[in-house]
Amino acid sequence: MAKYLGKRIFYLLLTLFIVITITFFLMKLLPGTPLTNEQKLSPEQRELILKQYGLTKPVWQQYLIYVAGIFHGNFGTSFQFSDQAVSYLISSRIGPSLLLGLQAMIVGVIPGILFGALGAIKKNTWVDTGTTIVSILGISIPSFVLAVLLQYYVGLKLGWFPIADWGGFAYTVLPTLALAASPFADTARFIRTEMVDVLNSDYIELATAKGLSRMQVIFHHALRNSLIPVVTIIGPLAVNIMTGSMVIENIFSVPGIGEQFVKSILTNDYPTIMAVTIVYSVMLMVVLLITDIIYGVIDPRIRLTGKSN
Amino acid sequence: MADEVKLTAKSFEPLDRSKNLDSEKISAPNLTFMQDAWRRLKKNKSAVIAMVILILFFIMAILSFFPSVLPHQPNAINTQYANLPPKWPGVDINGVNGTLVQGGSRINAYAQAGAASNVHFWLGTDYLGRDLLSRILTGTRISLTVAVVATLVDLLFGVTYGMFSGWKGGRVDNFMQRLIEIIMSIPTLVIVVLLMLILKPGMWSIILTIAFSSWTTMARLTRAQTLELKEQEYILAARTLGESPIKIAFKHLLPNLSSIIIIQTMFTIPSAIFFEAFLSFVGIGIPNPTASLGTLLNDGQKNFQFLPYQMWYPAIVLSIIMIAFNVFADGLRDAFDPQTKE
Amino acid sequence: MQSNESILKVRDLKINFKTYAGTVQAIRDVSFDLKKGETLAIVGESGSGKTVTTRSIMGLLANNASVAGGSIMFHDKDILKMSQKELQGLRGAQIAQIFQDPMTSLDPTMKIGRQIAEPLMVHKNMSKSKALAQALEMMKLVGITDAEHRINDYPHQFSGGMRQRIVIAIALINYPEILIADEPTTALDVTIQAQILNLMRELQEKISTSIIFITHDLGVVAGMADRVAVMYAGKIVEYGTVDEIFYNPKHPYTWGLLSSMPTLDTNGAELPSIEGTPPDLLDPPVGDAFAPRNEYALNIDTEQEPPFFKVSDTHYAATWLLHPDAPKVTPPEQIIARQQQYAKMQQELAEQAREHHVEEEEEQP
Repeated sequence: MAKYLGKRIFYLLLTLFIVITITFFLMKLLPGTPLTNEQKLSPEQRELILKQYGLTKPVWQQYLIYVAGIFHGNFGTSFQFSDQAVSYLISSRIGPSLLLGLQAMIVGVIPGILFGALGAIKKNTWVDTGTTIVSILGISIPSFVLAVLLQYYVGLKLGWFPIADWGGFAYTVLPTLALAASPFADTARFIRTEMVDVLNSDYIELATAKGLSRMQVIFHHALRNSLIPVVTIIGPLAVNIMTGSMVIENIFSVPGIGEQFVKSILTNDYPTIMAVTIVYSVMLMVVLLITDIIYGVIDPRIRLTGKSN
Repeated sequence: MADEVKLTAKSFEPLDRSKNLDSEKISAPNLTFMQDAWRRLKKNKSAVIAMVILILFFIMAILSFFPSVLPHQPNAINTQYANLPPKWPGVDINGVNGTLVQGGSRINAYAQAGAASNVHFWLGTDYLGRDLLSRILTGTRISLTVAVVATLVDLLFGVTYGMFSGWKGGRVDNFMQRLIEIIMSIPTLVIVVLLMLILKPGMWSIILTIAFSSWTTMARLTRAQTLELKEQEYILAARTLGESPIKIAFKHLLPNLSSIIIIQTMFTIPSAIFFEAFLSFVGIGIPNPTASLGTLLNDGQKNFQFLPYQMWYPAIVLSIIMIAFNVFADGLRDAFDPQTKE
Repeated sequence: MQSNESILKVRDLKINFKTYAGTVQAIRDVSFDLKKGETLAIVGESGSGKTVTTRSIMGLLANNASVAGGSIMFHDKDILKMSQKELQGLRGAQIAQIFQDPMTSLDPTMKIGRQIAEPLMVHKNMSKSKALAQALEMMKLVGITDAEHRINDYPHQFSGGMRQRIVIAIALINYPEILIADEPTTALDVTIQAQILNLMRELQEKISTSIIFITHDLGVVAGMADRVAVMYAGKIVEYGTVDEIFYNPKHPYTWGLLSSMPTLDTNGAELPSIEGTPPDLLDPPVGDAFAPRNEYALNIDTEQEPPFFKVSDTHYAATWLLHPDAPKVTPPEQIIARQQQYAKMQQELAEQAREHHVEEEEEQP
């Protein structure tokens, strides 16, 4: 286990290092400085500001300074808000994003499991057709379209929830629902396929031959075997939610990093873009690591220790 | 029971073997793999409907290439006719008769804009007076082009990478797979955004960006299948006979990979459509004034409270295309997967 | 141990499968009896309907299968007419089954002790701890070493042979009256096969269950079965005691099967095989389904199905060759040798019986 973890963490750090390096040099390739939008500065002023940002040094030095800074939680200064450290921008905004993401994951995955299992158990009936239609809709309708519709019809017309801004649970409801649609549909489809496979397997037949009722077969054997692999799609679902959060936070004016990311892109705020890129990658890698560990713990066939039987 | 039937002496003469009783006769029609898959696809009603819808959309998209087919010029700005609701000639039903509710009362927007009675915009106009129907038609074409081309690039690269990695095996395979793992642990949207920033905004950069961010899945699937196929006797035989790897790849591997590739392609296209719409919606996709489903949604969203039709129509078109692709892809997967055979 | 009481009577069973190409008549008028304590082997090549027959006994037919006629009487109750609830009470309690592939027939995420104990908990409402204690006994009985420690292991921690022992333990835990073994050794190595077969014989002695043994391997049958039924194209073509089938076969298909089986006398020579393929049951042929592959076929074989002709009280075969008017044919050499051996055996038996008789008479005062 320790050996496996060590190896995984080594790869995680290696990947992180590659991400940082690539992002840094990509950003250096881009035209534009903090001064792009401020043309009417004297050369001395320009020089001063560039120096302030550390942009007068050779690129390799800037790189070393940047990498060293990251270890101290310093991601540089924002181009857009020249008085703000990027690390502050992010740390003050990560809370709402994490909260929304977590809520969306729960609201998506748990009903998704129920829907998918129901579809598989009632395969080729109207229940199956119904759950399939709902999950196809969930996959096909882009989250941002759903968000606008929710905002208008549920928020404005029905007035059930606030349509924008941030300030308590009620504010999280609509963005959470908009974000949860796609993970919900993905989970439902995944579980359905998985469970149909399981229900066709030899050990389910043996369980039936033991004299178990259909419900006993499902609850004692089929459910557990089809639920375990759900862990493997948590990573991709997290990616899904991150992607969605960029627009959803924008539409609902949630002060999260997704909204910040879009702002930074539109204003060419490179230090912030780099920092968010790194934060997103770290989050995904941590999710992947954790889900792999959980998978190893709950599936008896996989032992992370690598002990052969 | 035997005694009830009259048995003649001739009955017990040995059977004339030359009469050639054909025991090999098979009553079930003999189907090739593709024919069998097609038969199963045809039985899946929703997949067939989805296929027909997709064909219709593709035909419309291709037709929109010819300006004369479109009711109006999609990028022509006419501020006089800005924000006009849909109006169908000869139909007087609220919603399609050119009226809208403003300040609590229903007014005739066309009359207000001073439009002649023969001016019709089937799906209304946007804030610059551009005809929405024409823009949706061209926008669909742009979105489909982006998605299909991106998927083809992804396919070309992913399949080559996967086949090479699987075929080579050993250290090369190991290294190539590590590389994929690293790329996969970076969120797709980060890759997409970074690439979009570096490449000049435009159709080709979107295509490349989407292709680059989605080839890994294709590569992994192809590799896994190649690893399996590589051990098959007929591939071994071809290798022993000294066929070149390129020839083996085209003659033996590709045909056997085709079902996996086709299914994955059908799942990649809708996700490419989504990414195009997503990028354009965020504002870093297809640049103005070109229409794509994403830019249309972005424009429509701004006025959604007052002129909901401006977003509803592109949203409906986008959703129908996505649904059709997903349903069709599901149907294809079921059709190709002999396990679901019943 | 064996008695003449039939605990299972299958009569005129007809089972069809609906497929896209039409209706496949998988089972066409199959009848047989299973006597208490005996082992009945059903032999035939794949697709002959062996497995479908046993599935119908368990009430486990696939969705697209339908019973077109016949009955399966188990203790005067027709299994085919039972409700789901009744079937559940039957499965795993009175009738149990061992499946072909031990690698896939155990739940990969459940401890094997629990899997073995499950039928007890379901059928006898036994508490978990009590059921596990019995499961442990059963594990020892089927020869799983170190059972105390292994009861909490998962299936993937066992070898194929051990897994099949576990499957057998699951099947026998309720001491069923009928055990259906569907090619239980096909997926195993030859040495392991012998162990599993020995185990089954031993356990049959201990538990006194009747076994329906499905196989395509006649070699396995010889040591296992009391009686043999040979199936071809959804029908039973010949049945009799194991000696009758092995040493006095009457049906040309049985001849073919026996000739294609290697024996100790087979030296280097090529084994004969039955040319051709079984008929397509979408459209079963008129007359004898085996005729096209049968070198002894008669004209009547293409016109009319042969009825069962009686060879002895226990031995019947459905071939026109047994009709009094049929020409005498010469079976393959190997079969003649077998029949000669059989005649010798019969003679010896008769002599033994006579001596025995004489002895008995002498003992009488």
